[in-house]
Amino acid sequence: MVSSVIHVVLLLVMPPLLLGVINKTKAAFAGRKGAPILQPYYDLARLLQKGSVFSTTTTWVFRAGPVVTLAATLLAALMVPLGNHPALISFPGDMLLFAYLFGLARFFTTSAALDTGSSFEGMGAAREVTYACLVEPTLFFVLITLARMSKSLSLGTMFTYPSLQVWLTSGAVMLLLSNALFIALLAENCRIPFDDPNTHLELTMIHEVMVLDHSGPAFGMILYGAALKLFVLGALFTNLILPFKTGNPLPDWGIFIVAMLYLAVLIGVVESVMARLRLVRIPQLLVAATILSAFAMLLIVR
Amino acid sequence: MIHLLVLLPLGGALLAWLVPDNRLRPLVLPTIAIPHLLLSLYLIARQTEAVHGGWIYLDPLGKITLLAISSLFAVCAVYAVGYLAYRQDRSNRVLCLGLLVCLAAMSLVTLCQHLGLLWVAVEATTVSMAPLIYFNRNARSIEATWKYLMICSVGIALALLGLLFLAYATHVAHQEATLLLPDLLKAAPGLHRSWLHAAFIFLLVGYGSKMGLAPLHTWKPDAYGEAPGLVGALLAGGLVSCAFLAILRVYQVCLASVVELAFFQNALIVLGLLSMAVAAVFMARQHDFKRMLAYSSVEHVGILAVGLGIGKGALFGVLFHLINNGLTKGVLFLSSGNIHRSYGGKTTEVVQGALTRLPWSGGLFLAGFIAITGSPPFAPFVSEFSIISATFATGNYLVGGLFLLFLAIIFIGMALTVLPMVMGVPRSDLATSDYRDGLLTVGPPLATMLLMLWFGVWPPEMLLQLLRDGAALLEVRP
Amino acid sequence: MITFADQLLVLVMLINFIMLGTSRLAFAIRAVAVQGVVLGIIPGLLHQFSGHLLMITASIILAKGVVIPWMINDAVRKAQIRREVEPFIDYVPTLLLGAVFTALAFVFAQRLPLAPEHRELLFVPASIATLMTGFLILTTRRKAISQVIGYLVLENGIFIFGLLLTDAMPFMVEAGALLDLLVGIFVMGIVINHINREFSSVDTSRLQALREE
Repeated sequence: MVSSVIHVVLLLVMPPLLLGVINKTKAAFAGRKGAPILQPYYDLARLLQKGSVFSTTTTWVFRAGPVVTLAATLLAALMVPLGNHPALISFPGDMLLFAYLFGLARFFTTSAALDTGSSFEGMGAAREVTYACLVEPTLFFVLITLARMSKSLSLGTMFTYPSLQVWLTSGAVMLLLSNALFIALLAENCRIPFDDPNTHLELTMIHEVMVLDHSGPAFGMILYGAALKLFVLGALFTNLILPFKTGNPLPDWGIFIVAMLYLAVLIGVVESVMARLRLVRIPQLLVAATILSAFAMLLIVR
Repeated sequence: MIHLLVLLPLGGALLAWLVPDNRLRPLVLPTIAIPHLLLSLYLIARQTEAVHGGWIYLDPLGKITLLAISSLFAVCAVYAVGYLAYRQDRSNRVLCLGLLVCLAAMSLVTLCQHLGLLWVAVEATTVSMAPLIYFNRNARSIEATWKYLMICSVGIALALLGLLFLAYATHVAHQEATLLLPDLLKAAPGLHRSWLHAAFIFLLVGYGSKMGLAPLHTWKPDAYGEAPGLVGALLAGGLVSCAFLAILRVYQVCLASVVELAFFQNALIVLGLLSMAVAAVFMARQHDFKRMLAYSSVEHVGILAVGLGIGKGALFGVLFHLINNGLTKGVLFLSSGNIHRSYGGKTTEVVQGALTRLPWSGGLFLAGFIAITGSPPFAPFVSEFSIISATFATGNYLVGGLFLLFLAIIFIGMALTVLPMVMGVPRSDLATSDYRDGLLTVGPPLATMLLMLWFGVWPPEMLLQLLRDGAALLEVRP
Repeated sequence: MITFADQLLVLVMLINFIMLGTSRLAFAIRAVAVQGVVLGIIPGLLHQFSGHLLMITASIILAKGVVIPWMINDAVRKAQIRREVEPFIDYVPTLLLGAVFTALAFVFAQRLPLAPEHRELLFVPASIATLMTGFLILTTRRKAISQVIGYLVLENGIFIFGLLLTDAMPFMVEAGALLDLLVGIFVMGIVINHINREFSSVDTSRLQALREE
């Protein structure tokens, strides 16, 4: 019971913290003091208090976008085990639902962007969809490989399966999977080197440009949804690379939280040391990630 | 004693590197080559012992190849002194060094009884020849060198893979993996069949590309065309013989394994006939006489392959042809080098009336052409005839018919290039050249031509016995 | 230990992909050096320690990890090029082709009549995959230096297969093969320099003066 409460609370409260840590890390690398770690929470609070402005050319799709996106992401989040703790919803085959909930969220984000009729947002939507096509195979190969290894179709089992034993016997495969998943994580969450969340130049934006027209609480939902998505994929990644478990719930929560914070720092480091890729180079990296995961699958399936 | 065969040229290479004078340095070549030839003849005449745990042993097949290589090299070495006197414009250090290292590697090839070591030696001949092709230092020769280097290196690498497959065939058959020839021959009947099959394919492709069997012959016209005449002679007579010896070793294993022999022979016949066909097509209307000689080399490699594919009966002819082809190619390349030097060009547009301008070199070139196309009374006639008669005697009428057809086309094609070259009158607008036929540049090919005449008319009994011994190794299952 | 060697072979195959995907020559050279070093380590994992083994390991690492990369780097420096521009087939397609070849290598290795103790290991598929990668680089790149790298990768692929058969390839032969490779690369380096001087480029598609009219 306590565990479930912690689970839900973490799921709802922790995501913006990751953004805060990432920004703080980047600031530290740049030699700045940076915004406070809790800044994303203040931003969300501010946005929720504001009123909304809707363009008269938009339809209900524009309003549904942020809502559906957030709802889908939340639902997907419920299927993910956090550390050693089982997912809240789990059934065989939920990995497919998980993947397609993200697909649904993306569909509504891009539809809402197209609904504005702005050329910038249309461009962003086109890019988003293109890169998503390239990321999705990676995600699926990773999921299939894990499903094969753990002989289960449920995310709950698949991502609590990696243990020290697994890492020792098939370390190469696990290494491939975690690398592929990390690249997918960066791409899915529009981080550098794929997209720069802090850019101010519309031409180079991917995700940010799609949500230019949203304001107030709707924009808050988008920001919160993005953070939640980072949290969900990050949780999958930490489950994969963290084979240690004590069996005692409270220390396990501790390990998970620390691991997530480390992941946020890691993302911050990557964003600080790498430059954003040229747009034409992005598919190359994504195809490479697909090959990594396909290769991992090959090693397992053979 | 047997070590000297390799160490002597290596010592010579060191000496050539140390000699500072560009005029004196070529003299190192005959100083090494002639003792090497004498030593070879001495070893060939005697029964030698296997040394180093059976790795090094001069068996009849090795002896035949050694005879071909060593005598060809001696001829080229003497010729080189005369030739390089005309090429004092550039340093011949790398050339002399490379030639001697190549001789050492080629000698090692003939001595190896371990297929791995054989591979190392063949690869060493490939690498040591590359800088020699580039002696002329121009864009065309660099292109030829690059193509030669890439195709042969990759081909030889595939041969290594074939060797590994061969060793793996012993491993899968639960025997100790080995590449030592006598052990391999003993173990051959029990080896794993699929792996043997794969091994033979890769070995044939690998050594075949080195030998210049079509369709892997593409480097040959370029390399032969751009290399100096004496390097061309060693490529066509020396390297081809070494690669063919490697194929003979593979053939021995095939013979011992019983089941794979028919497959290997068929592959050899197909590739051999293809090579002859390619040569026939490209030799017609060939304006560049050095490239023509390269295609002639492709043709003769094809003849060797077909003969080996026919097997029993033709093997004597094949081994004899190995010697004859090497030496006759030597005559052709050396005399064509002289003609090239005198005319300053190697196309039929420039070279006309060679018999008038250079009676000796022109005459030798003509005689070499008659010999290489298999006309009596020269030795290649004897060997080619014995291959053809064996082909018909074993009932391979289609192969024999195609063989004769290609020979006829090649004769006509080659004659269309050679006859206008040597006959007629030289063009009046030719630039004068400082080249004159001399003892050193004409003597060696002339001696070789006489040798071919001798072998053709009245071959010495010792040679025939050696060839019979060699053929027996390829006919009788151990 | 053999399972660890198996995991290292995964690394070798990953390096194949890196080489197929990169356009920077210096990076490809470093990758092939790492591949050589990994291959040098593997014999040490498969056999009992001995002075003989130490010699082999040391010479392989020295040759493939240090000397050969240094020689190619030297050629790159003299030719003053940094990138393979415009390969015959672009990077992403070659990468995908490489992936397909690797998959085929696994399928193919599955059907080979391997000795039972080798059936579960990655040596044979890794060997075939590396060999094919070498071929792919050799045939799709224009620059002479890239082709040398392709040749090295091809040679590495054959070497992996040889690891299964160390008793058939005694030290003498191993050393001889390595020496041949060294000298071969040395000569190729020289030829590349000459190509560069003669054509002001190391683009091998410019080498087309010699052909039948």
